[in-house]
Amino acid sequence: MAGLALFADLSRPQLAAAAHTFEEEWFSEGQRILRQGFTGSNFYVILEGEAAVKINGETRATLARGEFFGEVSVLLGEAPTADVVALRPLRCMVLAGPETEHFLITYPRVMYRILQAQARRLRTANLWRG
Amino acid sequence: MRRLGVEHAVLSADAAPGGMFRRYPLFQRLNTWTKPYALAERHTRPYEWYDWNSLVGDEPAHRSTVPEFMDGTSYFPLRAEMAHGLEAFAERTGVQVRYDCRWQATRRDDGGFALETTDGLYQSRVVVFAIGMAEPWKPEIPGIDAVPHYVDTPPVTALAGKRVFLIGKRNSGFEIADALLPWARQIVLGSPRPPIMSVFTSGAGVRAKYLVPYEDYVMGGGVFILDAAIDRIERTADDWRVFTTGQRTGPLEFRVDQVIATTGFATPLADLPALGVATFSQGRLPRQTPYWESSTLPGIYFAGAVTQGAVGIRKHGASGNSAGVAGARHNARVLATHLARTHFGVAIPRPALGANGVIGFVLDEATRAPELWNQQAYLARAVTLDPAAGWVDDGIVPLAAYVDAAGPNAAAVTVELDANGDHHPTVYLRKDGRVSEHALPSDPLLAFEGAKQRAELASLLQDLGPVEN
Repeated sequence: MAGLALFADLSRPQLAAAAHTFEEEWFSEGQRILRQGFTGSNFYVILEGEAAVKINGETRATLARGEFFGEVSVLLGEAPTADVVALRPLRCMVLAGPETEHFLITYPRVMYRILQAQARRLRTANLWRG
Repeated sequence: MRRLGVEHAVLSADAAPGGMFRRYPLFQRLNTWTKPYALAERHTRPYEWYDWNSLVGDEPAHRSTVPEFMDGTSYFPLRAEMAHGLEAFAERTGVQVRYDCRWQATRRDDGGFALETTDGLYQSRVVVFAIGMAEPWKPEIPGIDAVPHYVDTPPVTALAGKRVFLIGKRNSGFEIADALLPWARQIVLGSPRPPIMSVFTSGAGVRAKYLVPYEDYVMGGGVFILDAAIDRIERTADDWRVFTTGQRTGPLEFRVDQVIATTGFATPLADLPALGVATFSQGRLPRQTPYWESSTLPGIYFAGAVTQGAVGIRKHGASGNSAGVAGARHNARVLATHLARTHFGVAIPRPALGANGVIGFVLDEATRAPELWNQQAYLARAVTLDPAAGWVDDGIVPLAAYVDAAGPNAAAVTVELDANGDHHPTVYLRKDGRVSEHALPSDPLLAFEGAKQRAELASLLQDLGPVEN
């Protein structure tokens, strides 16, 4: 976790507290983590492995170590608009959806890093559309 | 398994029934309720929701064994009352157990497995390990090796008037803090993150039974809840020193008379990782499928508290109640049926519900099924539209397995909390291979059989096949 860009600005005690706030979860190849249209999703950060973002079965993006997903659904309180599926054994940190707001407010530097990553995703999407 | 016609052997290293309750919890009273008088009648299936501790059976005499031994002083049974309930279950069901038989080694054998035990060699196509989260576990902190674990907590009388530092803020930490309130001079519970209270999560976290130390902390009575990383621990000739660093507190040094590691337990997997059972959570739990099979070594299954390693689809972060008897007992029955069907070719009866019965059946389950209430958003009741038989009951299934499996048109119902903390029956409709989620209206008294629920469920099921509301 200490090696991930998302948490690069946290002090050691902050990292320790944050590490105990997340749970660890493993997914087998082909297993769905986020399910399109299902409410109650959570915020995930990939520690090992790769995952595909799929909309109606079509792969739209691939995620790898250090990347995160589920934040849009959690922030908007809406069901995900995509499936996220493990492409190979996938190890994630997971933060319960209801705890995410408190976590981000407690660690604003993490929130800033998430905003940066989202801005990059938006830029890529705009370039792709253009 | 016996009732399903599957030959098996049950091996136990213990000398008698009772398992961990022959020794734990240390301070005698469980933190899971059994209500002797409840909204459902004792010895019935719906009563199991109000009795989190008795094992579950098919016949009235096999149900509700724990409340028979409770003395009425609390709805949290004493350890001995729980053990008596388990003994009664074993006696009444006539379950055959080979006691004093210790599992020593495991190897693959002719398409299955061979277990070396103190009672000789056992060979089987499938092995279920119900070995508990029973191995004391400590995190890597300099100096912690010298610190006694929860299981080696000194007698409370030895801590009279002492200052005690408890590493960890989960149930075992709060259990000791609660027990030490009349004895210790000062109690510090320290770990990096704030405590999680079950009253706020509707499930995981420190049980309400142990809230008194937290109240003492809030009121400044001598209990301290410290959110800080434990840097190191030193044992001196006279006392212990605990060095911590917290976000808000900065570095601190505590001088105390006793330190206790209430840092949890691991699964005693012995040689299973070497055989191919992958683990997570620093090796404490095996990785499992929704049906509690090792995700890396097919044929190896788990039961009991170890099944908390399968977290389901984790709606709103909730991962089921498998760490306790309340949830694990239902998992075990689902597993028995699954093993019989998938490994031994047993045809499981699928009672016909009829177009005029399916609505009432599903809503009755959502209102009363202990499996759905004990294992919210983890276990579901499935009904399938069979081309020949119409609507049939497909039993209790793990929700994750149902929503991710291909299959015929069907529906499964769970009980779930929404973001506001209200319970809803939630229907997962599988049509033409795609599963969609539909929350039915809640009810302030948790009675889900009203006209609104019936109408919405009928509308959903009509999309699959004929129903009569």
